[in-house]
Amino acid sequence: MSDKSTDDYWKANVRIITICMVIWALVSFGFGIVFRPLLAGIPIGGTDLGFWFAQQGSMLTFIVLIFYYRSYMNKLDKEFGVEE
Amino acid sequence: MDQYILNLIFVGGSFALYVGIAIWARAGSTADFYAASRGVNPVVNGAATAADWMSAASFISMAGLIAAVGYGNSTFLMGWTGGYVLLAMLLAPYLRKFGRFTVPDFIGDRFYSQTARLVAVISLLIISVTYVIGQMTGAAVAFSRFLEVDNTTGLFIASGVVFIYAVLGGMKGITYTQLAQYCVLIVAYTIPAVFISMQLTGNPLPQLGLWSTHTASGQPLLTTLNEVLMDLGFNDYTGNHGSTFNMVLFTMSLMVGTAGLPHVIIRFFTVPRVADARTSAGWALVFIALLYTVAPAVGAMARLNIITTLWPQGIEGEPLAFDEKPDWMLNWERTGLLRFEDKNGDGLIQYYNQNNPPARAIEEGWEGNEMVLFNNDILVLANPEIAQLPGWVIGLIAAGGLAAALSTAAGLLLAISSAVSHDLIKKMINPGISEKGELLAARISMAFAIALATWLGLNPPGFAAQVVALAFGLAAASLFPAIMLGIFSKKMNSTGAIVGMLVGLLSTVLYIFTYLGWFFIPGTNMLPNTPDNWLFGISPLSFGTVGAILNFLAAWITLKMTTEAPAEIQELVESIRVPKGAGAAVDH
Repeated sequence: MSDKSTDDYWKANVRIITICMVIWALVSFGFGIVFRPLLAGIPIGGTDLGFWFAQQGSMLTFIVLIFYYRSYMNKLDKEFGVEE
Repeated sequence: MDQYILNLIFVGGSFALYVGIAIWARAGSTADFYAASRGVNPVVNGAATAADWMSAASFISMAGLIAAVGYGNSTFLMGWTGGYVLLAMLLAPYLRKFGRFTVPDFIGDRFYSQTARLVAVISLLIISVTYVIGQMTGAAVAFSRFLEVDNTTGLFIASGVVFIYAVLGGMKGITYTQLAQYCVLIVAYTIPAVFISMQLTGNPLPQLGLWSTHTASGQPLLTTLNEVLMDLGFNDYTGNHGSTFNMVLFTMSLMVGTAGLPHVIIRFFTVPRVADARTSAGWALVFIALLYTVAPAVGAMARLNIITTLWPQGIEGEPLAFDEKPDWMLNWERTGLLRFEDKNGDGLIQYYNQNNPPARAIEEGWEGNEMVLFNNDILVLANPEIAQLPGWVIGLIAAGGLAAALSTAAGLLLAISSAVSHDLIKKMINPGISEKGELLAARISMAFAIALATWLGLNPPGFAAQVVALAFGLAAASLFPAIMLGIFSKKMNSTGAIVGMLVGLLSTVLYIFTYLGWFFIPGTNMLPNTPDNWLFGISPLSFGTVGAILNFLAAWITLKMTTEAPAEIQELVESIRVPKGAGAAVDH
């Protein structure tokens, strides 16, 4: 363990997880379902942006989220000296 | 070449490949058998996880479900992929660090309680056994349609192949066969979709074709689909025609349930490091999305294709005549999954929504919709025939459907047998068992699990479709919250976890049985399964989310009334939160 504590490492982890989870919920439950009527004015291929988020967009965002979290954590692991 | 021979070549060839892999990847130790000695490359594990996860339901049923409802069934697309974000961030890396072989093993050790372990084993067995029924019946459908053998023979062949690679190779054999099965199923799913997308939109990528211009009508594909559906009196495809509230709850139940499925979680025990578990979850979702982004395109395009087949000149023209039905309809009528009925005796098939008949139906006095049965499962399997693709594509679809069903079945069987041999036998009944003895016990449990699955496939309970909802509901309501609390709450004690799991488990089972019948026996439901009888309008299928919330609440309240977890457990939780030292946990 380096100069910084496990507690700080865990807090930083929980913080990034929270940010990712907000985006996770926003694209699926938000844009895909609840806020879909608000996006009705943005047309895409014969339908609206909300339909795109429900059938394709949220999935693609999920992939980006996981890989972003992975690289963020790899950096964080090194910073705190807890990598393997 | 004869279609039957082609099917035989593709299915037989893929089976030979799986057996070959099994012989190459034999398991020599329990670490091999339970976790492939934690030496699996994270990208390979991603592909294996994708095959493990994508079951007969994903491959055969999902596109049909989306086609039937349109927007409302986007829940499956978001729900079955969103769970991987939860896995990658909330569960997989820490479970890998903990370095155990099974999910009940984590729960038992973290909550320092054999009772907690037992509750977890029971949850795991209910979830995995109900799930395996669907795989065996899916395999039987594929066999009976494409190889023209009866269900029994088909099931014995499938079980025999699974037996060879699962009993010989355990997790090691399963991992590399799942990799091969992923390749087979993704090629089989993509090729017909590419052809159909080309035919309808000129765009070879179905993911883009869905949003492209429909060549025949010159307007966007989805606009055309909406128009033809509304002409026939059906709901439009892209509109929301259900309850937004239940859509949110159901999607959440599928997400949390996915993350709590033991056969998916154990795949993350096979990679060398904690960082690899995160990487693996990302790759798993990439490989899953390759199929899941194609599925909505297949759904929309096949729905349009079927309508234009039945109404070649549009709703104002002459419908398809009974004696002009294409071969694929005749083939599928024989399986009993598709049925037509000439209600008005005019020799023509009038397909429309009889509950909201279009003007022409009333003027001409049609006597009801004449495509009386169209099972959703047909859609993907018949897709190549509907689009008039060459025979080898049909053979490929047969092999792909079987790969999807068998890869998931193997993962489930491993989860079941390791819970029995490792948690029940080694950790509870006979702790002194030798390494060799445990490996033998694992192989025997696997053989028993396969026999049970085959028996359930031969005698499927009439409720096979509903039990999947039960499996997801229980995974969401019992296992997911317990594992998450075990990692994210240092103070959570054994009483809290046990009370939480029991509250989640029992509330979900009771709610589902109240509306769907005790043990799904028809007529034993205490309330009719209609929205106005549901508690706060919550559908029984969506209850997993509520069960999970109840689990968290009950655990937290119990913790407040009891003493927190002992210091050494809190230290243990601190150690699983950092990646360092996971390598040392390989052989415990």
